[in-house]
Amino acid sequence: MTSASPRQAPVPAPPKPAPPSGAPVRVTGAQSLVRSLEAAGCDVVFGIPGGAIMPAYDALLDSTKLRHVLVRHEQGAGHAAAGYAQATGRVGVCVATSGPGATNLVTPLADAYMDSVPVVAITGQVAQPLIGTDGFQEADICGITMPVTKHNFLVTDPAEIPRTIAEAFHLAATGRPGPVLIDIPKDVQNASTSFTWPPELRLPGYRPTTRPHGKQVREAARLVSTASRPVLYVGGGVAKAGAAAELRELAELTGIPVVTTLMARGAFPDSHRQHLGMPGMHGTVAAVAAMQRADLLIALGARFDDRVTGRLDSFAPDATVVHADIDPAEISKNRRADVPIVGDCKEVIGELIEAVRAERKQDRVPDLTAWWEQLDHWRDTFPLGYDWPSDGTLSPQYVIERIGALVGPDAVYAAGVGQHQMWAAQFVHYEHPRTFVNSGGLGTMGFAVPGAMGAKVGLPDKQVWAIDGDGCFQMTNQELATCAIENIPIKVAVINNGNLGMVRQWQTLFYDQRYSHTDLGTHKHRIPDFVLLAEALGCVGLRAETKDEVDEVVTKAMEIDDRPVVIDFVVGKDAQVWPMVAAGTGNDEIMAARGIRPLFDEDD
Amino acid sequence: MSKHTLSVLVENKPGVLARVAGLFSRRGFNIESLAVGPTEHPEISRMTIVVSVDELPLEQVTKQLNKLVNVIKIVELETGSSVQRELLLVKVRADATVRSQVLETVQLFRAKVVDVSPEAVTVEATGTQDKLDALLRMLEPYGIREMVQSGMVAIGRGARSITATAVR
Repeated sequence: MTSASPRQAPVPAPPKPAPPSGAPVRVTGAQSLVRSLEAAGCDVVFGIPGGAIMPAYDALLDSTKLRHVLVRHEQGAGHAAAGYAQATGRVGVCVATSGPGATNLVTPLADAYMDSVPVVAITGQVAQPLIGTDGFQEADICGITMPVTKHNFLVTDPAEIPRTIAEAFHLAATGRPGPVLIDIPKDVQNASTSFTWPPELRLPGYRPTTRPHGKQVREAARLVSTASRPVLYVGGGVAKAGAAAELRELAELTGIPVVTTLMARGAFPDSHRQHLGMPGMHGTVAAVAAMQRADLLIALGARFDDRVTGRLDSFAPDATVVHADIDPAEISKNRRADVPIVGDCKEVIGELIEAVRAERKQDRVPDLTAWWEQLDHWRDTFPLGYDWPSDGTLSPQYVIERIGALVGPDAVYAAGVGQHQMWAAQFVHYEHPRTFVNSGGLGTMGFAVPGAMGAKVGLPDKQVWAIDGDGCFQMTNQELATCAIENIPIKVAVINNGNLGMVRQWQTLFYDQRYSHTDLGTHKHRIPDFVLLAEALGCVGLRAETKDEVDEVVTKAMEIDDRPVVIDFVVGKDAQVWPMVAAGTGNDEIMAARGIRPLFDEDD
Repeated sequence: MSKHTLSVLVENKPGVLARVAGLFSRRGFNIESLAVGPTEHPEISRMTIVVSVDELPLEQVTKQLNKLVNVIKIVELETGSSVQRELLLVKVRADATVRSQVLETVQLFRAKVVDVSPEAVTVEATGTQDKLDALLRMLEPYGIREMVQSGMVAIGRGARSITATAVR
């Protein structure tokens, strides 16, 4: 364009400052990637190199700001990034090569998507001329991960690398968090380009609503003033929004009982008198019963998952529903909301507190005495508990309870999926958000070890305990080699019942005790020997088989900080997770223990 | 279930159609018709999607579509307040004995013949689905050898523009 352009208003020449940090620098695409990651605030990446990501790895060698953790399997990298993100609240980053490297990330990405965890995955792709030719290690990872990522990018222009990284971090961390994948062809990594930071974001279709609608919040407050049986149904969104303090203030201001879902454990202190525990399939009787009998459910950052609601048509039949979530698509997806509130939980709860205060000033204070009498009755009559196995074997619940008691609420706990996960949710007492890291929505067995690894990298000064099952542990324990070599001293408690315990429990209850392929042989043959396996992987291996040994090995593990520790807790195979709402039934049919149905019996 | 016409403004980027189509299939919604094309803004494409759903699932479709990062704006176009058109190309058997009758039908529907051969004519027609269905019914007795139909495109009546506010 010439200066004669009549529409251009004359712009005075800007004063010449010193070259800003954002001045363009000539680099390769790979160097641009590494610089962009550094500039985006990333301090650690979990990954494994391979052909199509080698230029990026070459550039990574020169970075002084980025720590790279060399994992043993890409799935480990993905779960580690998620564990890091869940424990710290920062974006977790994983890197893999094209083809199988990228496809190995699919499970952790799906996992992070279901649990709204901010993860950025960077994958190498075959060079652009090879794309679409079935080239060696080619996989259409953008196509494959479309349904399991919040968004993904294929970068075709090296100049777009900084913007793409910035957009990916923004997308992953804001609104409803989630995983974002960036696929970068090898020739784009090798090309010469310029690097500038910060880039301008171009996301015209992305505008998450964080400020709630005032009128809806006032309506919610009005309902709080008139409800006689209200419940605060707290989901993972509260922990993610960093709204634990606001939640506590709201709960104490209103006196309303609180239930925390699997993803929200720790968002409200377990020691708090108003906490009824976890709702859902393996929730406490008090939490499940409170929701079933509630006249007002205030759902905060929760999504009415089927594991919480049981049969939807009989879930909380008398409740008016206030549903606050940052994702408008969650509202009225499963259960119709009477008062929908779209917004960030921290802002929603903050404004709700003000609105409730305004109600209180006009002397609208509900009397919850009768409600609390009922709740206390359920809580006292049906507390969480367990029986010692009649065959004299070690109780898995006892082991987990003791770990929680000895290690305390300042540690971070990671769990796999199954019985041990439910017991970890029930018998460890959480006081702080982000201290229980696990796979909720997708239910990914094998999450615990790499998840704990990521959490420990993010929070090196905290004790991080993986509570794992012997089935789960055999899916991802290779990452203990990573932990041993990279100085990531996690503790792993293998709750070893020799079986795929949760499946076995269902076989006991619903399949006439026909145990089809759930015995892993871990007990019968002691294959693998977890103590020897631990030693082989550079960890300390310990074992406890009796009640007396439990405290001893946990204490010993706590004293070791130069290596990872694995404890093989050999427990009975017949212990079951109770209470339980059987799949496909309504929450009224919750069984406190086998055959004991508190809510049905109460109506008799 | 009732039919709904959604005008979806999306970023003109590779893969956006796959994202939208994939969303419909994995959430279990059926696309009746889909048309994609450019708009007056080169960076924005417009999809017209006809979907058969009840009111509540429609809300869910719209919300899920809105979550796609490349989707800029969604407007539901009501039949009464919008113009809706489809394009039909149909090859009808029409030798000398019936050709004049076929041409008469074509004229009645204000369609036009765009290709002719000794055994057949190819007819181009635009209109609402009802009109095109009626035309096809009339042509059927002569023998339809081949036909192709576009997805529906639709635009709101009046001076207002849904794209004007979508671009800053």
